[in-house]
Amino acid sequence: MKKGFTQSIHNALGNQNLGGILDRWNYPVTRAKAYEGIDFEALRTQIAEIKGSAAGHLNELAEQFKKAAEARGAKVFRANSPQAVKDYILELCLEKGVKKVVKSKSMASEEIHLNKDLAKHGIQADETDLGEWIVQLAHQTPSHMVMPALHLTKEEVSDLFSKETQQPLSNDIQELVKVARKALRGKYFAADLGITGANIAIAETGTLVIVTNEGNARMVTTLPKIHVAIVGLEKLVANYVDAAPILTALPKSATSQLITSYVSMITGPVQNDDGTMKDLHIILMDNKRTEMAKDPEFKEALQCIRCASCLNVCPVYRLVGGHVFGHIYTGGIGTILTAWFNELKTTEDIQGLCIGCGKCKEICPGKIDIPGLILQLRRRLATKQGLPFIQKTALQIINNRRVFHAMLRAASLGQIPFAKEGFIRHLPMFLSNLSEFRSLPTIAPAPFRDLFKKIRQPKCKTKVAFFSGCAIEFVFPKIGVALVKVLNKAGIEVLFPEGQSCCGIPHWGSGAFDMAALAAAHNLKPLMAEDVKYVVVACATCATALKKEWPHILKAEGMENLVPVAEKLASKTVMFTELVDKLIAEKRLTLKDGQKLQSVTYHDSCHAKRHVGIFKEPRAALAGAGFEVKEMIECDTCCGMGGSYTVKQPELSMSMLKRKLDNVEQTGAEFLCAECPGCLIQIGGGLDKRGSKMKAKHPAELMVDRFKDNPDQD
Amino acid sequence: MFEAFKAKAEGAGCQVVRFATRAEALDFILQFMRDEGVADAPGTYAVWADSPLLKGIDTKVLEAKVPGLKFTVTRQLAKDAKIGVTQMEWGIANTGTLAQDSSAVEQRLASALTWVHIALVGTDNLVPDLPALMTKMHPSKNGYIALITGPSRTADIERVLAIGVHGPERLVIVCVDELGRMNP
Repeated sequence: MKKGFTQSIHNALGNQNLGGILDRWNYPVTRAKAYEGIDFEALRTQIAEIKGSAAGHLNELAEQFKKAAEARGAKVFRANSPQAVKDYILELCLEKGVKKVVKSKSMASEEIHLNKDLAKHGIQADETDLGEWIVQLAHQTPSHMVMPALHLTKEEVSDLFSKETQQPLSNDIQELVKVARKALRGKYFAADLGITGANIAIAETGTLVIVTNEGNARMVTTLPKIHVAIVGLEKLVANYVDAAPILTALPKSATSQLITSYVSMITGPVQNDDGTMKDLHIILMDNKRTEMAKDPEFKEALQCIRCASCLNVCPVYRLVGGHVFGHIYTGGIGTILTAWFNELKTTEDIQGLCIGCGKCKEICPGKIDIPGLILQLRRRLATKQGLPFIQKTALQIINNRRVFHAMLRAASLGQIPFAKEGFIRHLPMFLSNLSEFRSLPTIAPAPFRDLFKKIRQPKCKTKVAFFSGCAIEFVFPKIGVALVKVLNKAGIEVLFPEGQSCCGIPHWGSGAFDMAALAAAHNLKPLMAEDVKYVVVACATCATALKKEWPHILKAEGMENLVPVAEKLASKTVMFTELVDKLIAEKRLTLKDGQKLQSVTYHDSCHAKRHVGIFKEPRAALAGAGFEVKEMIECDTCCGMGGSYTVKQPELSMSMLKRKLDNVEQTGAEFLCAECPGCLIQIGGGLDKRGSKMKAKHPAELMVDRFKDNPDQD
Repeated sequence: MFEAFKAKAEGAGCQVVRFATRAEALDFILQFMRDEGVADAPGTYAVWADSPLLKGIDTKVLEAKVPGLKFTVTRQLAKDAKIGVTQMEWGIANTGTLAQDSSAVEQRLASALTWVHIALVGTDNLVPDLPALMTKMHPSKNGYIALITGPSRTADIERVLAIGVHGPERLVIVCVDELGRMNP
């Protein structure tokens, strides 16, 4: 990561205006209200089909659009490059003697830096969307795709407007809006040409669909005699009726509105106020979109309807904004689009900001796997440029079980002088920025595999294999011990296949799919060697690997022969609470008499909730073990750990943790519980550093003494 | 259907009134104009774009009743008008939206440039949702389909809602039962 980039993150974290604005908006709640009574899954499946199918036929649809729009009297120009778009517009301006241009919001024109080129040729282009105008006056780029000036305060806007209109102004937003109305009104009337984008382009009818709230696009398409629309090819849909689901979702996802104030559907030229007909030019811009459509992985990104909801829910975006997290197009989807519309290298730093929490994927109306595609970018960068030496070496060591284990054992001895009550109080200097908000756990004196041998288990007919993962093996072996004890109470014997090692998710998350595939391959044999009913994991991250990702990773890396085994393993892998919930329901686990009801708040780890869909089971299991679950605000928002993310982006990680800790403590529960050792390190360390009375515990630790002894029931 | 439409339109910040007859609606609009101070001076005009409600009515008489009311909608008059009246063809109940073929430029000028937009619609011309509207209006026949829901709005400064940024800051919807089924 470049030094300047780290500095820009630091600076952005110092300015929490944008985050505060997003918080006050309360987007998740207002969005949900807008979608009341609508089957969102069905709607987005429909949109994904419409847009996905269009992406598969971009060229045909563009030709169909051209033909239909030309039949109605529009001039349609297909442009491959940004330069071709600009040349066309400049020639038109020259030919018609255009000096003044008004624009309604067009991300496509931002993408090609059109205003700069127009200015170079003495043509004044004024933005009329309020946010775009503010950003133009500030000589900046949009920080948000729907709300471009979200990062600026009313005070800053007031300064900009005062300067522009040469009058002293207050900070009253209502007044500022009226100042803009007055200033821009004159510009519409004076303009020779109006430029718009389009939210949808309908091939069947040659129609442009333009969505606004302010009404500026109506002015831009009505008052000047020439109208130029710049339309990215991904805006094409086949049929008129295809516009309905997009228009249903876009305002709800973008601004929590049922519909925007204005939707204009323009087909061919209409009348000007002097009786002439509009001179309508439609530029269909490619700029790598057809190339993107040919990429089997990235074609999906063309399903985007530019609602920017992925920005609104992103825990990283709300901290750093679009000037850090993006490049013209912002946030998660912006990172992906930038890699194509600019080049892969442009996203080298930006892609590293995604923590992979999956919040955006959940709400994307285009059904795009945004974190998955960012991971693909990471993979391609890693393949193209190679990982940095230190990172690569570290990942190689993790994959070499003997070396890794020997190293961690040595580390555990070395760290003993720093340990107090299980936490490091004083870290070496180079780790000091990591311990500012959070204590770090020590490496346990004995790893789980050593402790496991000493546990005396009853002989049972039902056997399960336990996959511990690195964190339980070396940092929290007590979780593993508790897990064995709980399952023994249900008459289940736990086996620990010795050949297991790291699940490979750290490699995968770094874009090193090849090393992740090796990790998967190493593990399959020992895990499948035993004849067991289930493979149990107590770590959400490992669950992602075993239950879901291994077959995909192996396939992606050409190890197809192992895919059926990996799929078989996936089908028999369960998370600990998932199994406990089942055992309680089957009455194989019953609460001991006289247990005190204790309270707990449950943190959904990103991997458990959004990767493998386990979030009801842990709550039910905790309730069955005699705990009252007190829900926290944003219970499924990322804690900021994200594996190596906390090391690569320490400042962001700590900012996310702070918010999590506030929400956790607000519940007043006795325990914080998460079924992910990574989250426990992060949140537990944060609570410790704050001197909180609350303890962070794994469900197995909380349940270890709660159930009656049961004989083997098989 | 009307009640659902009314609730959604009001939720979007509109004022909704309903009359049985054209005459009652006309009286309401003329009185509204007087109350809003429409007068024969720039800034206080009212412009009324051609609409079926006016069928058979001598607009000269109306102009005499309310000085400043104009039935010729030009660029300049619309710019200087406080109120614009247009007749919309359809209403969408589940969003409180009005729909119009705005191919004729005076329809756009009167509804986009004024401070107050009075929109007329036949009470029977309400459809449940957007897909239903799309069976009524089609780009093959309608060159500039305008869907309007509530007044012009923005939240571009600190996500604080402000009404009337470029277009009208008030949208008054006048539903007229007698205008029903006037559309093809």
